[in-house]
Amino acid sequence: MKTHIEFKQIGVIASKEFWDRIRNRWVLAVAVIFTVFALVIAYFGAAQQGAVGFRGMDVTIASLVSLVIYLVPLIALILGYDAIVGERERGSLELLLSMPITHFELLMGKFVGLAGALAFSTLAGFGLAGVLLSYQLGPAALYHYVGFMLSAILLGMAFLSIAVMVSVMASDRMRASGMAIGLWFFYVLVYDLLLLGILVLSQKRFNLSFFPVLLYLNPADIFRILNVFGFEEVRKLYGLATVLPATLASPWLLGSAMVMWIVAPLGIAVWRFK
Amino acid sequence: MASNVIEVRGAVKHFGETHAVDGVNLTVQTGELFGLIGHNGAGKTTLFKMMLGLLPATRGEIRIDGQPVRGEAFRQVRRGIGYLPESLALYDNLSGLEIMLFFARLKAADPRSCLPLLEKVGLADAARRRVRGYSKGMRQRLGFAQALLGTPRLLFLDEPTNGLDPQGIREFYQILRELREQGVTAILTSHILAEIQLRVDRLALMRTGKIQALGTVHSLREELNLPLDFQLTLRPGAEEALRQALANQPAASVQFNGETVHVRCPREQKMTMLNALAALDSILLDLQIREPSLEDVFLGYSDATA
Repeated sequence: MKTHIEFKQIGVIASKEFWDRIRNRWVLAVAVIFTVFALVIAYFGAAQQGAVGFRGMDVTIASLVSLVIYLVPLIALILGYDAIVGERERGSLELLLSMPITHFELLMGKFVGLAGALAFSTLAGFGLAGVLLSYQLGPAALYHYVGFMLSAILLGMAFLSIAVMVSVMASDRMRASGMAIGLWFFYVLVYDLLLLGILVLSQKRFNLSFFPVLLYLNPADIFRILNVFGFEEVRKLYGLATVLPATLASPWLLGSAMVMWIVAPLGIAVWRFK
Repeated sequence: MASNVIEVRGAVKHFGETHAVDGVNLTVQTGELFGLIGHNGAGKTTLFKMMLGLLPATRGEIRIDGQPVRGEAFRQVRRGIGYLPESLALYDNLSGLEIMLFFARLKAADPRSCLPLLEKVGLADAARRRVRGYSKGMRQRLGFAQALLGTPRLLFLDEPTNGLDPQGIREFYQILRELREQGVTAILTSHILAEIQLRVDRLALMRTGKIQALGTVHSLREELNLPLDFQLTLRPGAEEALRQALANQPAASVQFNGETVHVRCPREQKMTMLNALAALDSILLDLQIREPSLEDVFLGYSDATA
């Protein structure tokens, strides 16, 4: 059965989700967190090397990459895990679906609204930090910084998409939150360790030419590579990311992979929700 | 001639081994006020959800306004449907008016109708207050106002008077009566049978997913042939005199309940019984004849099945 899409309905849901986050100061709180952390890390990022203060943009971005990899997926998963299961558990989903709206439109509206709130707080938080940093580092450095912010938004959307998928699949909010935290642990903390472990244990017994491709299976790694590969100096700081051949490090390829990480979980969510 | 706004043909809904709705056939005409009653778990809410297109039927066909409930054209039909779910959950962080505006946008209803509807259900003063502070009755009123958005032609009201005080219940049925006069069809469920017995045109009694009885309250009474109940108040010590007077009424059953005596007899013996009781003028202080209530009908069908 073919159903045409009414974008107005997506807009109504998206608008409610977005303004809900503005009203309850979620956007403000996240933006403040991003600004404060960004400035602190930019200033104290080199403390381990015995120095503090603002350095070049490449080193600053390298420090911020670690922050974003920890923080943005966590915030996105927290934001999206109860998008559908929360409505279902409260009992409001039934009333929503009795309206002239399709499952697809409702899900997309939720995603777009939440993604808007996340993107807005990311832009506001890191944007403000960027403006403050530009006084120290010069406006030219902002070019890379803008790229960093856009990739941080893409990373957030990828994890938001995963969270929405979890929200559709989980039977209750408790399970959804457990799954969301588990996924954060897996992608942010465990995945790279797992790859390194396999690399070390294999001792060149296997053909590991496919190994760099495995980095594409983690949006956090894609984000790291996107932001690290541009800077020769920074590449040396990272271990796993540097095993990637130059052919797989094309920003377009990486960007497309990130988009796939947004589209695929959302596609599964739409399929399951129907 | 009134047309059928709801047509349910052989509707079946299975949840694994559970047959929640099991071969239901039902038509509801335009402008009808239709009641759906039954025990808990009889399948009323499931049938409601199927008619709204929220649950796909395992088998059978459901049409609203001539359109299949799962088809593309049903979106347009939905704009003319108002729904008040049994477990109403609203957004606590929004005000009553904001919730109305949100649903009005979804239904493409005139946003200017939101405040008048809130006034209609008695929530004008609380319109701009957050729903978090609403009582259960106020939430139910808000849910009803939401169902009335977009001048619906068909209302699905699942336990609509839940949490309403007597004044609220009266106002609710008053609004429903006005809507009915405008040709709005309403289908409602309620466990408070006394509340709906005088208000619905027809009703269906559901049991274990099937429709056990269907018709007007009067026709269901007739079908069961339930006895009339004469409620008598006697002078103290007049019980023996009553027994003697009813000795030649073998079909009558007498039950003493404090100062009140219930005498039940078949409907066709109503006049004979009245004549017999008229002779007791000296000991009879009061007499009331009570028709079998919807509750009696409900229990009568339950007993018949048991």
